[in-house]
Amino acid sequence: MAVSVRELRARIKSTESMKKITRAMELIAASRIIKAQQRANAAAPYARELTRAVSAVATYSNQDHPLTTEPETPTRAAVLVVTSDRGLAGSYSSSVLKEAEGLVEKLKAEGKEVDLYVTGRKAEAFYKFRGRPVVQAWTGFSDRPEFDAAKEIGEKLIEVFVEGAEAEAAVAPGVDEVHVVYTRFITMMTQKPTAVRLLPLEVVEGTEAPAEGDVLPLYEFEPSAEAVLDSLLPQYVVSRIWFALLQAAASELAQRQKAMKSATDNADELIKKFTRVANQARQAGITQEISEIVGGVNALADAQAAND
Amino acid sequence: MTDALQVELVAADRVVWSGGATMVIARTVDGDVGVLRGHAPVLSALTDAVVEITPEEGTEVIATVDGGFLSVANDRVSILSEHVLLSHEIDLGKAEVELEEARRLLGTSNDAEKRIRRAEARIRAVEKAS
Repeated sequence: MAVSVRELRARIKSTESMKKITRAMELIAASRIIKAQQRANAAAPYARELTRAVSAVATYSNQDHPLTTEPETPTRAAVLVVTSDRGLAGSYSSSVLKEAEGLVEKLKAEGKEVDLYVTGRKAEAFYKFRGRPVVQAWTGFSDRPEFDAAKEIGEKLIEVFVEGAEAEAAVAPGVDEVHVVYTRFITMMTQKPTAVRLLPLEVVEGTEAPAEGDVLPLYEFEPSAEAVLDSLLPQYVVSRIWFALLQAAASELAQRQKAMKSATDNADELIKKFTRVANQARQAGITQEISEIVGGVNALADAQAAND
Repeated sequence: MTDALQVELVAADRVVWSGGATMVIARTVDGDVGVLRGHAPVLSALTDAVVEITPEEGTEVIATVDGGFLSVANDRVSILSEHVLLSHEIDLGKAEVELEEARRLLGTSNDAEKRIRRAEARIRAVEKAS
């Protein structure tokens, strides 16, 4: 036996305390995930009403708005990557980053320069390690996003996008497209990294209204359609980002729970294995001792017989 | 279909209030509007101000909104705003401190006016509710 029984016992003990930690993390994630889902559900009415309003304006007025206009030759794109602040969530951050890398490659192949915006310390560290510049990073809220964070991000992205639309021979490098990469929460077991284009906006028209069997009412706009659209669209963008952050938070917690559950299971497995090895070692030790005693007695008896 | 307006007061992260009401008063960028049953469909931008809802039963619901929208269609009223506070959720002392501070910043900071408007709306909401 290469390892002594004492060492094995120590290893079992440390694995047990590790198991306690991972088990606690699993339970914490499990309890937070319910809250995260509730938050995501609570945010749904706002998004729904906002979408209704946007599609109403889009249907009844042919307003061109900077946020919906497709630039003729897009040369620069911004990518917002939503990851977690902390690790121990399995492949959560790395799969989002992989998706983001794919998108960046694709955009580069289309001849666009890419500006990176990230949320979460994991993405920040990822790009820093690779020496790739990140325009702006927001951290510290990945598992409990606040609306104000979404608002800040949204306003920043709108700002750079509008700059790109206005100044063609841009002094400041504005962008012509904005993409978001986040993890979509599908079920507790399935979360999928997803890339969507946020700007220019493609307004999804009538996703809800025709289902009710009536046409959208002929709205009057106060003070005017443009003014309403002007304040509606940025809020719509912010709400989309808010939605992405909430989904990402729920996904992060779900993945952390899954990862911690398998870590706990593995620790169980390890403890079982170590216990077996330790028992075997102890048994081997006893057997050896017995055979040593028996051998000793025999030798003594032989020596006495020789003396007689 | 009941005889009442179906009102939803929605903030970015929650539904603040929803139910049947007889009247809704809100302040758009053009001025106050009152919505009763049978109002024409309208979509208007709100300013930072007080929203009053007279429910079918119970006491008046008073809240403040930070900008947002009012949409009315088929006797359905939705009020959307990033932040919505019901009058009993407002901390009067905090709003007064905020008002003082914003007044001091007036002229130096760009959003001072906005902060004053918000703080005033909050104080007004509490006064109205009491």
